[in-house]
Amino acid sequence: MAEYSVLIGGKAGEGINTAGLSIAGLFSRLGYRTYMYFDYPSLIRGGHNFAIIRAADRAIGAHRTPVDVLLAFDQNSIDNHRESIHDGTTVVHDASAVVRGEGYGLPLDDIVKEEKAPPITKNSAMLGALARVAGIGREVLEDVLRGSVPAKHLEANLRVAGRGYDAVEGVFTVEPVDAPALPVLTGNEVAGLGLVHGGLESYVAYPMTPTSSILHFLANRAEDLSIGVIHPENEISVILMALGLGYAGKKTAVGTSGGGFCLMTEGLSLAGMSEIPVTIVMGQRPGPSTGIPTYTAQGDLHFVLNAGQGEFPRLVVAPGDLEETYVWSAAALMLSWKYQVPAIVLTDKTLGEGAYSFDLGAITPLPDRQPVLWDGAGEYRRYARTEDGVSPLAFPGRAGATIKASSYAHDEVGFTTEEPTETREVQEKMLRKEESLKAELATYPTVKTYGARDAGTTIVCWGSQKWVCIEAAERLGARVVHPLVLSPFPTRAWKEAMIGAGKVACVENNATGQFARLLRQQGFDPGRSVLKYDGRPFAVDELEARLTEVFT
Amino acid sequence: MTPDRSSRPAGDLISPAENTWCPGCGNFSIEHMMKSAVAELSEEEGIPIENFVLLGGIGCHGKLVDYLNVNSFYGIHGRSVPAATGIRLGNPDLKVICHVGDGDIYAEGLDHLIFAAKRNSDITVVVHDNRVYGLTTGQYTPTSPAGFKGRSTPGGITEHPLNPLEVMLAAGATHIARGYTKKIRHLKNLFKEAIMHRGFSFVDVLQICATYFNLTDYYNEHAYEMKVGEVDAGRFESALGKIREWDYDREAPIPLGTFYSVEKPIYEEKFQALMAGGPERRPLVRKVIEEWR
Ligand SMILES: Cc1ncc(C[n+]2csc(CCOP(=O)(O)OP(=O)(O)O)c2C)c(N)n1
Ligand code: SF4
Repeated sequence: MAEYSVLIGGKAGEGINTAGLSIAGLFSRLGYRTYMYFDYPSLIRGGHNFAIIRAADRAIGAHRTPVDVLLAFDQNSIDNHRESIHDGTTVVHDASAVVRGEGYGLPLDDIVKEEKAPPITKNSAMLGALARVAGIGREVLEDVLRGSVPAKHLEANLRVAGRGYDAVEGVFTVEPVDAPALPVLTGNEVAGLGLVHGGLESYVAYPMTPTSSILHFLANRAEDLSIGVIHPENEISVILMALGLGYAGKKTAVGTSGGGFCLMTEGLSLAGMSEIPVTIVMGQRPGPSTGIPTYTAQGDLHFVLNAGQGEFPRLVVAPGDLEETYVWSAAALMLSWKYQVPAIVLTDKTLGEGAYSFDLGAITPLPDRQPVLWDGAGEYRRYARTEDGVSPLAFPGRAGATIKASSYAHDEVGFTTEEPTETREVQEKMLRKEESLKAELATYPTVKTYGARDAGTTIVCWGSQKWVCIEAAERLGARVVHPLVLSPFPTRAWKEAMIGAGKVACVENNATGQFARLLRQQGFDPGRSVLKYDGRPFAVDELEARLTEVFT
Repeated sequence: MTPDRSSRPAGDLISPAENTWCPGCGNFSIEHMMKSAVAELSEEEGIPIENFVLLGGIGCHGKLVDYLNVNSFYGIHGRSVPAATGIRLGNPDLKVICHVGDGDIYAEGLDHLIFAAKRNSDITVVVHDNRVYGLTTGQYTPTSPAGFKGRSTPGGITEHPLNPLEVMLAAGATHIARGYTKKIRHLKNLFKEAIMHRGFSFVDVLQICATYFNLTDYYNEHAYEMKVGEVDAGRFESALGKIREWDYDREAPIPLGTFYSVEKPIYEEKFQALMAGGPERRPLVRKVIEEWR
C-alpha cells in the first residue's frame, strides 16, 4: 500500500486546520484517500495546534504516529512530536520562529514581507514546500490553492506558495493514483448532508464543540439546501423549539455535546411521551462536566441510552465513518418520523471534526421511510392505539382534526389521564413501537464485520474506532465487529456476527468500557477491554501494540 | 362514511375532559374568555379553528388546554414558549397561544420568555398569574408580594416580586397587557387584541387562586380599567410610567388594559422564506457535494 503521513503544527490562530485540509486536498487531487486528525486545545490564540494528514491508495480513517513530512511553524511543533520523527522524516520549519530547527528552514517572515502578503499565507509557503518535497507538480499545487483560497487572496497565496516550493528539494515522489479526486469533508458536514438526505427541513442548535460546525455549515448552506437554521438562547430552548417544529410537521434535528445534552434530557423525555419525532446529533467529548472541550471520547454511551425519566423507546445509531454518517443520519431522521421516537446520532470529536475523503458514489442509502399520516377518515385521535404502536400523524391547520400532543400520560385523543388501564396502555404502546422499530431494523445492516470469519481473534468496537480497528486487525489477522445501532440493541445480528469469534478485545475511547458493559447487559461476553481515555484517539500503531499484548 | 372535511364551526369548544379546578378558581374565567376569543376571532376574522394552537405549561393553568377542543401542545414546566416559537416557525398560518403559570414562566421559564420578547416571536403568552404555586400546593412565586407566607417559606418571603410587565417592556415585547379574572369581558377583549397582534404579545392575568391565595377583595378594591388616552401605548416611556403605577408589592391602584403595542418585524419571517415551496432537497445535497473543492 502506498501511503504518506504529514504533520503540520503551529499556534492556534495560524490556520493549521485549513492548512491541513489543503494538504489533504493536495493528495486527493492525485487520487489518494485521505484522513486528517486535528488536535487543538480550547483557546483561540497561542498554544499548540497540529494536524496529521494521512493519504493512502485505499480507504483509511485513522492516523499513525510516524510521519514522512513534518511542517513546523514553531519549536513546539518539533519538540512535541519527537516520536513522530524517524530517519526518513523530512522536517520543514519556519526559520523566523523556530530556534533549534532541523531540516529545511524557510524564512517565512521575510517571504511574506517580500511578497507583500498577509501572514496567514505562510500556510501556502508550507504547502508549497510539501509539494516539492513530495515530488508533487507545481500545477497540482496551484490547482489546489485555486480551489481553496478566495479569489481576492489567490495571487498572494500563489506567490508565497511558489517561494516555499523553490526553497526546498524533492525528497520522494508521490505517484498519482488512478482514482477520482474525492472531496474531503468532516463528519459534521456529512451528518448535516445526511440529515437533509433524510428529509431535514430545519436545524436548531446552540454552539458546543464538537458539533458547532454542523450549525455553522448548515447555517452557511441554508439557502442552498433550503432549510431553516436557528440558534436560540440555550439547549433547553433548542430541543423544545425542535419539538414545536416537529409538532407542526417540520422534520427537525438538533446538535449538541454532553453538557448540552444534559440540558436537553427534559425535552428528550417529552419527545418520548408526546411521541414527537426529533433527531439529535450528539458529539461526544471528554467529561464529566466541561471536561476537555476540544478533545475526543466515547464516554456518554450509557448517558445517551438512559437519558430522560421514565421508560420510552429511542433509536441510537453510532456511525463509524463518513459513509455511515451519511446513511445513518438520514435513516435516523426517517425512522424517527416513522416510529415517532427520538433518534440520536452518536458521534464524537474524532468523527465529527475529523476530515475524510468522501465518496458519495459508493454510498448505498438505507431505504426511504415516510411517516404514517392520517387518512382523514372519522375523528382524529393523535394517540390512536394501533397494533404496531404507531398512531397516524396529522398537523395543526388540518381541517377536521384536533391535534392534542401531551407530556402527560394521555388517552387516545390526547387528554390527560391517570386511570390505571389507560396509563398501562400508554406504556405498552411505547413498547410496541420499540418492537416494531426493532423488527424493521432487523432488515438493516446493523452490525458490520470485517476480515475473515475464521480469524480466531475478534476486535469489537463502536463509532469512530472503526477504521483504526480495521487497520490494526489487518496487521494482526483479526476480525472486526462494529455495530451501527446501539438501541434498540440488534441482539440477533450481534449474535450472528460473533459466531466463532474466538479471543475478543473491545476497543473504546473511555475509561470504564461502556460498550463492554452494554454487551454484558445484553448477555454477550465483551472479552478484554482495550481503553484509551486521554482525550486522544488511538493511532494505528499504538492500537496494534496494545492489541498484541491482549491477543498473545 | 365521508369524512367531514369542512372547518369546524366556532362554538362548542369545550372538550369532554373532566374539569378538576377548585370551585371559584380564576382559571375558569380565563378558559371561557379564551374559548370566546377563539370562537369570535374565527367568525370575525375568518380564522379556521384548526389554525389555533394552545400550549400549556405545568400547573393548574395548564389543564386549560385539555378543557378546550382546540389543537394543543401540553408541554413541560416553563418550556411552552420555545415550543410555541417552533410551532409558529413551522407554520405561519397558525395562531399560537401559550397558557403559562407565574411559577411556570417567571421562575422556570424566564429566559425563554425574555428571549421570545427580544426576538419578537409572533406568539401570544397568557400568564395565569395567581401569584402562588397552585398545583404543588401553595409555595411562593416570583410575583408573590414580600412577606408572603407559603408552604416552603412559612416565615414569609423577604424578596420582592418582579413586575413582569416591566421586564417584558425592557425585553422588547411589542404588545403588553394586564387583565383580571373578575373582569371577564375586558379580559376577552385583551385576549382578542393580543392574539391579533403581529409579534410577541403578552397578557399578565391577575388570577384568583381560590384555595391558596385569594386576593379577590384586594383586586376588587384596587384594579381599574384604563381609559382611552390614559397611556400612550405607542410610547415606551408612557407605557413604563403606567406599568410602574403598581409593582405587585405595595398598595396602589392597579391599571388593567393594554400598556404598550407597537409593530416591529417578526422573528419567523426569514425562516419561512428559506423553507418556502418544500423543494426536493436531495439534488441540492448532491450539488453541494459536487461543488466541494
Ligand atoms: C421541572 C419541574 N419542576 C417542578 C415541577 C413541579 N411543579 C408542577 S406545577 C409547579 C408550579 C406551578 O405553579 P404555577 O406555574 O404558578 O402554576 P399554577 O399551578 O399556579 O397554575 C411545579 C413546581 C415540575 N412539574 N417540573
Ligand atoms: S389551587 Fe388555585 S389555581 Fe389551582 S385550581 Fe385550585 S384555585 Fe385554581
